[in-house]
Amino acid sequence: MINNRLLSIIRKEFIQIWRDPRTLVLVFAIPVMQLLLMGYSATTDIRNVPLAVFDQDRGSAARELLDAYRAADYFLIAYDVDSEDELRALVDSGDAKAGLIIPPDYSVLIKGEGSAQIAFVLDGSDPTVASTSLSAAQFIAQEHATKLMSNRLSRLGQPASVEMPLEVRTQVWYNPDMISAYFMVPGVIATILYTLTSILTATAVVRERERGTIEQLIVTPIRSWELMVGKMLPYVLLAVMNTLEVLALGSWLFNVPIRGELGLILLLSGLFLLSGLGIGLLASTIANTQQEAMLTVWMTLLPSIFLSGFLFPLQAMPKVLQLISYVIPLRYYLVIIRSLLIKGVGASALQDEILALALFGIGIMTLAAMRFRKRLD
Amino acid sequence: METLIEARNLRKTFGDNVAVDGLSLSVSEGEIFALVGPDGAGKTTAIRLLCGAMLADEGHVFLAGFDLHKQTEQAKAQIGYLPQRFSLYGELTVVENLRFFAEVRGLPGKDWLPRSQEILEFVGLEEFANRRADKLSGGMKQKLGLAAALVHRPQILLLDEPTVGVDAATRQAFWRLIISLLVQGVAVLISTPYMDEASRCSQVGFMYGGRLLVEGPPGEIVRRLEGRVVELVGGPRRLVESLARSDPQVEDVQMFGDRMHLRVIAGSSRRVINRLKASLQKEGVVIDRLKPVAPGLEDVFIELLEIVE
Ligand SMILES: Nc1ncnc2c1ncn2[C@@H]1O[C@H](COP(=O)(O)OP(=O)(O)O)[C@@H](O)[C@H]1O
Ligand SMILES: [Mg+2]
Repeated sequence: MINNRLLSIIRKEFIQIWRDPRTLVLVFAIPVMQLLLMGYSATTDIRNVPLAVFDQDRGSAARELLDAYRAADYFLIAYDVDSEDELRALVDSGDAKAGLIIPPDYSVLIKGEGSAQIAFVLDGSDPTVASTSLSAAQFIAQEHATKLMSNRLSRLGQPASVEMPLEVRTQVWYNPDMISAYFMVPGVIATILYTLTSILTATAVVRERERGTIEQLIVTPIRSWELMVGKMLPYVLLAVMNTLEVLALGSWLFNVPIRGELGLILLLSGLFLLSGLGIGLLASTIANTQQEAMLTVWMTLLPSIFLSGFLFPLQAMPKVLQLISYVIPLRYYLVIIRSLLIKGVGASALQDEILALALFGIGIMTLAAMRFRKRLD
Repeated sequence: METLIEARNLRKTFGDNVAVDGLSLSVSEGEIFALVGPDGAGKTTAIRLLCGAMLADEGHVFLAGFDLHKQTEQAKAQIGYLPQRFSLYGELTVVENLRFFAEVRGLPGKDWLPRSQEILEFVGLEEFANRRADKLSGGMKQKLGLAAALVHRPQILLLDEPTVGVDAATRQAFWRLIISLLVQGVAVLISTPYMDEASRCSQVGFMYGGRLLVEGPPGEIVRRLEGRVVELVGGPRRLVESLARSDPQVEDVQMFGDRMHLRVIAGSSRRVINRLKASLQKEGVVIDRLKPVAPGLEDVFIELLEIVE
């Protein structure tokens, strides 16, 4: 399989990569940047939502309520205001994302048999923040109400703690703290693998045409498959290094677990690479310049990212988009890499995805190989 | 003498554009064939068909007896090709380029090293062995291209305008190299816009519109206009030219620097010279030269172009 011609092509390709600073930056810096950006910014963990409080009661009961809000770190009581207008201005300007209004007779109402109403206003412009804040706000108030209720009952001589007739005991598996980095980092690995291999393979092949070096290659006895494989192998190697790089960073910076076997992770990543390489090769048979090649790859990249479940859950998409997602290799690899890292499952749990990836990889590769010509016309 | 390059009835179209139209030629060992012709004549396409960089629509190519279409690998193994455009790797050094092409062309084991040194000495680049190819001057790039084309000792050399954009000294050096290859029995096909280069070749083919308008040894080609070219040097230039053009037996006037070539109707050169001498002197023109000269390739090609157009 490995012959001298192939080795020469690989060596030549590595020298070119090594002496082209742009490729090196692309290969080693971009994954880190992407991981940091995605890991820190695209997080959906809601913490410390700035809250403006208009406490008209100012009694100890109101303070207890506020303490309950303070204790859960969903909210940060950032502003203590003296009028509703002031509160509105803070929410309008975005300085506060939520506002809590405690009525003047709060202490009185909850002391007796009555019921007090507190108002919680919420900036709904970011639905993710809003929905999380909303449930958190309700949850905290509910807890506090339960506490008040049992206090009331004990004052009436009833037992201090009340049994609720129904209680839900939730249990979150695999990612009990629901840290979104666990969800994002595998996604970043997947997109990096796909982007790098497809773009680099496409440009590496097209570069030969753009610079005219293909003309000298053509008259050599190099076979098409040797040229293809020789072009791809260096980038496979780089992609594997990138996988390890992102895995290491992910576990170091975001404590993402690596519960599956590393060998299996690399093996299945390699299987996924087939699709990226195939797309890259296919793009190189269409494009005439490196720019065209990049653009062609980008056109496949965008739907991949949006329809693979990387950023938005597939279950929430319209049926048509869900159907389209079946022909997106990234979709299957995302399932695989998330399961391997977070759940630590074995290959048998992922049979369908592995089969789909293999079919895609082989299909795209075959198509690309059929179109790949070692000729000018 | 063995025929090493043979093209039979090659044809290549790009859409409606016929780039090569029924081209046939043959070059034997130790021979050099020059393809000349204006830009767009089809020279580059013809050479690309000969080396298999492009596939001909029709026709056959035989290289050292191997059919390029059927015995592609054996046929290609015989070729050294220097494309019109620099086509080596700029990021690689001179010697890394040579190593790459030596290895992919199947030079065994460590042979690439002595062979690279030998070929670098041959083209005179040994001092630049470790310089990156994109840091070489135009002339040195061409020499490196030639070295890469020769690294596997091919029997056939295809050179597409190798001396364009190269200084005069390098051009001379290039020709000395080519001649020493011919002595070793290599068959060379070269395209060139320079007539002085073409006239040094064993065969010349004048290409136009994808076709060879004329083909043969330069000595035979120029015989076509034997006795029909008169050279005239004198001034003022404009006046001289218009007087020459007005002579009824002058078919065409061409300027070659400060020299003027008049193509006259066969057998009329004496009369034209006498007539012009009289009319030029009457206008007070200083005549530095006015005499019949041996026709050059350029004279012939211009005449042929006038016929086809
Ligand atoms: N790859 C190509 N695609 C389309 N047309 C081409 C291509 N290569 C050459 N041609 C056309 O073929 C004709 C011959 O070109 P070429 O062989 O480059 O001529 P020359 O080398 O004599 O200048 C020109 O009209 C040119 O535009
Ligand atoms: Mg040309």
